[in-house]
Amino acid sequence: MSAFRRIVNTFSRSKLHQEIDAEIQAHLEMRIADNIAAGMSPKEARRNAMIRFGNRTVMRERMTAMDAATAFDALGRDLSYAARQLRRSPAFTAAALITLILGIGANVVVFGVVNSMVLRPLDVPQPAALYNVVHKTPGNDNLSYPDYVDFKNKNSTFSDMAAYRINNGGLSTRDAAYQCWYYRVSGNYFDMLGVQPAQGRFFHSSDEHGPNSAPYIVLSHNFWRWHFDSDPRIIGTNVDINKRPFTVIGVTPAAFHGTELFVWPDFWMPYVDNPDDNGTDFLSRRGSQNLWVLGKLNPGVTPLQATDNLNAIARELARQNPVDEDLNARLVKPGLMADMFGGPARSFLTGVMVLAFLVLLAACANLASLFASRTADRSRELAIRLALGSSRWNAFRQLLAEAMLISVLGGALGTLFSTVLLNTLTRWQPFPQFPIHVTVTPDPKVYFVALLLSIGSGILWGLIPARQVWATDSAQVMKTGAAGTLVFRRFTLRDLLLGVQIALCTLLVTCSFVALRGMQHSLHAPLGFQPQGVLLAETDLHMGGHFGASVTQIRRRMVEEVGRIPGVTSVGIIDETPLGTGGSSSLVYREGTTDFRPSNSAFGAKFFGISPGYLQAAGTGLLNGRDFTWHDDAKAPKVAIVNELFGRSMFGTADAVGRRFVWGEKPYEIVGVVENGKYDSLTETPWAAMFFPLEQNPNSDTSLMVRSHLPPAEIVPEVRRTLAQTDPGLPFVFHTWPDALAFVLFPARIATATLGVMGLLAAMLAVTGVFGMAMYSVSKRMKEFGIRVAVGAQPMQLIHSALRRPVVLLLSGSVVGLLLGVMAGQLLAQIVYQATPRDPLVLGGVLITMALLGLVATWIPAQRALGVHPASLLREE
Amino acid sequence: MARNDLQGTLDLLVLKTLSQMGELHVYGIVLHIQRASEELLSVEEGSLYPALHRMEMSGWICSAWKVTETNRKAKVYRLTPAGQKELQSVEKSFEQLVKGIRAILRYA
Repeated sequence: MSAFRRIVNTFSRSKLHQEIDAEIQAHLEMRIADNIAAGMSPKEARRNAMIRFGNRTVMRERMTAMDAATAFDALGRDLSYAARQLRRSPAFTAAALITLILGIGANVVVFGVVNSMVLRPLDVPQPAALYNVVHKTPGNDNLSYPDYVDFKNKNSTFSDMAAYRINNGGLSTRDAAYQCWYYRVSGNYFDMLGVQPAQGRFFHSSDEHGPNSAPYIVLSHNFWRWHFDSDPRIIGTNVDINKRPFTVIGVTPAAFHGTELFVWPDFWMPYVDNPDDNGTDFLSRRGSQNLWVLGKLNPGVTPLQATDNLNAIARELARQNPVDEDLNARLVKPGLMADMFGGPARSFLTGVMVLAFLVLLAACANLASLFASRTADRSRELAIRLALGSSRWNAFRQLLAEAMLISVLGGALGTLFSTVLLNTLTRWQPFPQFPIHVTVTPDPKVYFVALLLSIGSGILWGLIPARQVWATDSAQVMKTGAAGTLVFRRFTLRDLLLGVQIALCTLLVTCSFVALRGMQHSLHAPLGFQPQGVLLAETDLHMGGHFGASVTQIRRRMVEEVGRIPGVTSVGIIDETPLGTGGSSSLVYREGTTDFRPSNSAFGAKFFGISPGYLQAAGTGLLNGRDFTWHDDAKAPKVAIVNELFGRSMFGTADAVGRRFVWGEKPYEIVGVVENGKYDSLTETPWAAMFFPLEQNPNSDTSLMVRSHLPPAEIVPEVRRTLAQTDPGLPFVFHTWPDALAFVLFPARIATATLGVMGLLAAMLAVTGVFGMAMYSVSKRMKEFGIRVAVGAQPMQLIHSALRRPVVLLLSGSVVGLLLGVMAGQLLAQIVYQATPRDPLVLGGVLITMALLGLVATWIPAQRALGVHPASLLREE
Repeated sequence: MARNDLQGTLDLLVLKTLSQMGELHVYGIVLHIQRASEELLSVEEGSLYPALHRMEMSGWICSAWKVTETNRKAKVYRLTPAGQKELQSVEKSFEQLVKGIRAILRYA
């Protein structure tokens, strides 16, 4: 502010005037002196000098008008006049401000999210060179460790490649135990990223010597600060992870949160260590694809060249290893779990950004027509100013100043609100059980975009009345009054603006309805289980130090003892909760297969390990055959329960009991068939699924399902007490199954909420737009209506001529918007389950909404047109 | 052709004057134009001020306060290199204008 003030002071108007006056004065004095020397009387000399010089004031005005310094001055005057004008019409100002706050605010929020999720790179050196290596088929983003090693060693386009995966486990010290999320990373991870330790050291490739050879962990700065009080003496001490000893060797810098934007680990450990594994050779299994691979491109190498390079290696690997026959490579931007979350999130955010922009455009269209009407109402004032000698440019600049003032003010307020919202969003932790940090705090880029949007929209809607200024014929206006200059043309720019606005609004309303309907469908979709009334107690038995036979014993005791609690109707265990953290899929083969290359497989199926009683506890319907018993143990013949789709796909019949298939190179007999269900997400294409007895499919993940009629508040303490008696050292996470499902429904909920808000904003804008236009055209034609009533026009005729145009615009805009909405629905269906615009309820809902909006918006104008009193109107003027 | 208007002509007169005389105040410029044109051209003296101001803002001339021989404080103007260039181009276009007008006059 002070710099601006200084400029204004230095070149202020008065100083400039003084200088010019002094110069002119000197000029005149020289002329007078010459005149006197030529023999004139002093008086005559003076008069002559004045005449020769011409109009002094005009000259001075022309000079100051040119000066840049006075441009500031003029701007100041324009702005203060604009502020006075706006204060004089608070209704217009408030309407415009609210419209802008909503329009710009929505954009800033959406851009803030886009900025932090898509545009902001990982906080490491040279982030632009980093790419995740994933498969070409979307949804299959992980590579196996041997494939990663081959890619890393054989490529010529990457300077280095690191691998990581996200695990959870229990970290315990002598005094405390924590349930943690951590990354298991290849030894070169930190070296490749170029991150330096804040304390101690990092591990390197040279530390890796086969399975469990590098028992080191690096703590995250946050974990170190919260749980170890930022004590540097922690370096070099031992902690237990899943009851195995590890040495803390370092702490990461505060700004480094791993290579996923939203999953911040508590610590890092070398991939060669596996606290979940009990001595198997997990480093050489080419078939188990569970790593994210991150590569840094060599300088000058394009992603396309690198992809070709990797695909050539993949073809070579496929020749050598049958299991790799489908291997290929694609590069995606890192940070959002490769393409798993990144793909849909990017397309959804792009979609929402477009919608938000459309809302702003609709807002600008709305303001433009509002402003144009206001300018038309002020045509007499404009005419007087032009008649008094103001230039058209000056008058236009004045109007533009008003538009800009409102826009910048509205933009500032909108940005303020969005900043508050974004900061709230950043603090919000939707799922306490996951280490999800949504950092969407606005940075300078966001503020810059906000300013740009404000100025842009100000210019956009401030320019519309320019035509009016240039078209004003002052003599004509002064003679006939404002109404006389208003020509109702057949089709004006403002009609187009309103039509566009209504089409956009209908589009947004359609999207909201589609999303809401899809949401409703998802909540009532057949899941293949009944989550109501089920309590989940989740744990990882490895955290309690259970391995091998101990796992089986503790599980059986848990089921039996919890089953004895009064009020519990059934209990069971599954290793991975369906629609929870996931669940793996694997290829199955027909009976008699001996060559287990992927192309010989029947299909891929989801697999789960379950205990006897799980099906009953989960409420999954058994269609044929039997449930497992505790006798189906490791020594018994291998058996499986499959879902209906599995049976149909492999045997062509739902009744597959007694049939056999091969999985993991071993034959299984099907003893039961259950209903189909949802396993990964609500929008998934139906999966074939198979269930195995827990003991025939060893795994430490344990989700205890307790079905009871009692409310959770009563049953949780009981279950907690019973489980603590079974094993005091085992950490459990309790939640009801419907609560746990919130995670799966989260994207759909967010999408629905976002679209709902956008739809609401658009609907408000459409109402104000139609209302404004109808009201304005009625108010301008009151005199005409008065005459028509006086000569006997019927009410319907009046309404027809007053509201025909808004209604036609509303109808045509709605039809266009609905068509656009139907097209956009295809896109929505990817995010919101069963979202389809071809739903009579959706189409009907949109039509009714638009009709209601139209009715609301035209009701008052129609009343006003009907209430015309010819006599009083004709007396006016 | 757009620059071949009267304002262009005034610019030409001022620039030419300054290039011939070096430093001059406005009154001096007026006197020079009258004298050099043998009293044929007389400009409204005040109208030179906006013109000079504009040329100064365009960077063709620069100004400074000086004391004249008659011991009076006056603002004097001088041509800048940019003004020198401008003068050449204005002169050229003026000659074209003159040629054009002469051609029309001959034809009539």
